[in-house]
Amino acid sequence: MINKVVADAKAAIKDIKNGDTLMLGGFGLCGIPENCINALVEKDVKDLTCISNNAGVDDFGIGLMLQKRQVKKMVSSYVGENAEFERQLLSGELEVELIPQGTLATRCLAAGYGMPAIFTPAGVGTEVAEGKEVRTFNDKDYLLEYAFDADFAIVKAWKGDTAGNLIFRSTSRNFNPIMAMAGKITIAEVEELVEVGELDPDHIHTPGVYVHRIFQGVNYEKRIEQRTVRAKI
Amino acid sequence: MLDKNGIAQRIAKEVKDGYYVNLGIGIPTLVANYIPSGMQIVLQSENGLLGMGPFPFEGEEDPDLINAGKQTITTLPGSAIFDSAMSFGMIRAQKIDLTILGAMEVSENGDIANWKIPGKMVKGMGGAMDLVASAKNIIVAMQHVNKAGESKLLPSCSLPLTGVRCIKKVVTELAVLSILPEGGFYLEERAPGVSVDFIKASTLGKLIVPDTVPEMVL
Repeated sequence: MINKVVADAKAAIKDIKNGDTLMLGGFGLCGIPENCINALVEKDVKDLTCISNNAGVDDFGIGLMLQKRQVKKMVSSYVGENAEFERQLLSGELEVELIPQGTLATRCLAAGYGMPAIFTPAGVGTEVAEGKEVRTFNDKDYLLEYAFDADFAIVKAWKGDTAGNLIFRSTSRNFNPIMAMAGKITIAEVEELVEVGELDPDHIHTPGVYVHRIFQGVNYEKRIEQRTVRAKI
Repeated sequence: MLDKNGIAQRIAKEVKDGYYVNLGIGIPTLVANYIPSGMQIVLQSENGLLGMGPFPFEGEEDPDLINAGKQTITTLPGSAIFDSAMSFGMIRAQKIDLTILGAMEVSENGDIANWKIPGKMVKGMGGAMDLVASAKNIIVAMQHVNKAGESKLLPSCSLPLTGVRCIKKVVTELAVLSILPEGGFYLEERAPGVSVDFIKASTLGKLIVPDTVPEMVL
C-alpha cells in the first residue's frame, strides 16, 4: 500500500500558495479541519478562494483566516454567525458567492465522479439562475451547474489509515467525503491514524485513492455552536 | 388567532404515519412537539441524518452530532448518517414526504421568498432553494401579516425569490390556505375566533372564499 502519511498540518499544507482555491469540509463548526486551518493561519498564505458550506465563527474555524484577511472569496450556502465576515463583505474586502447547499454538495460530487456538470432544479426562477443555462426535462426546468475545480481539498475524518482510507463519525461526515473526492490534491487530518489492515474494508467511507496526504491531528477543540440539552426527568 | 405553537400544532395534523419529514428552523421545528405519540415518523436533518432524536441530556452533548440548525441532538434506534450530497439527493429524488418551512412572503401562484432582504446582511439560502425546488409536498408556516400589519400573502413577492410555483399550502396565525393550480389562495380553515372578513382584510393576494369556512380543530 502506498504510504500517504505526512508529519503534521504544516507539512500537509506546505505547497498551498497565494491565490489557490481550497475546499474545506465541515458543517458549521462540526467536522472542520481544525489543524490545517490553524496551519494556514500561521503560514499567512493570502488571496485564497475558500469553498466551504459555512465560514466559521469570529474566533474559530475559517473565521480565524478571515480575521487575518487571508480569504479573497468565500463560496458557501450560509454565512451567518460571523461579525468580521459581515464587516469585510460590507466594506468590499471580501467577495462572496452564495449557492444552494445541495448545489454546493453536488458540484463537489460531480468533481469526484469525473462529471463536468450537473442539472439541478434548485434556484430556477431566482437570482441564482442569472446567466445560467436552463434545460427542461419531463416538463421541469433545471439549471446547469459546473463541477468544482479546487487546487486542494482539506477534510477531517475520525479514523484513517496510512494508505489514506477514511472513516467519518456521526454528522461530522457532512461535506468531508465529497470534498475529499473533489480536490486535485486532498489532505486528510484524522483523530486516529492507524496502520493498513486495521480498518475493515467494508467500513471505509472514502477510499485512499482520493487522498494524497494524511496525518494524525492534535488538540481537537470540537467547539459546539448551539449547545441544546433537555432536562433529566 | 394562533400563536407560534398553535401554527405548529395545526401543521402537525398534516403529518401522517410513516412520513419522512424535513423541518425548517423556527416554527417548523415546533411541529415535532405535536406529533401524536405512537405515530412513526422520521425527521431528516439536511446536514446528513435521518432519524433525528431529541436534544441530549446535559453532559451527553456530542460535538460530532448536530442538526441543520447546528444544535446538539441525538440519534434514535434506526437512524442513518450520510454525506451532504446524498442528503440533497434524497430531497431532489422526492424520497422525503413532507417539507415544512418558514417564509417572509408567499405569492398567489406559489412563489416563496424566505432568504434575502435587500439592504440587510445576507446570510445565505442554505438548503432552502433545494428543498422548495424539489419537495413534492411543502407546507409553509408563517405570519399572515408583518409587524406593520401588512399582508405577507401577496399577488407577487416583492423580495428576492427562493423558488417559483412550488408552495401548495400555507398555515398562518389566521388561516389554513391552499394555493390553487390556476393561482389564488383558497381559504380552507380559519383560526379560532378569526372572521372571514378579517382574513380578507389581511390578504393582499387573490383570496378565494367558499360558502362555508370551518374553524380549525386543533
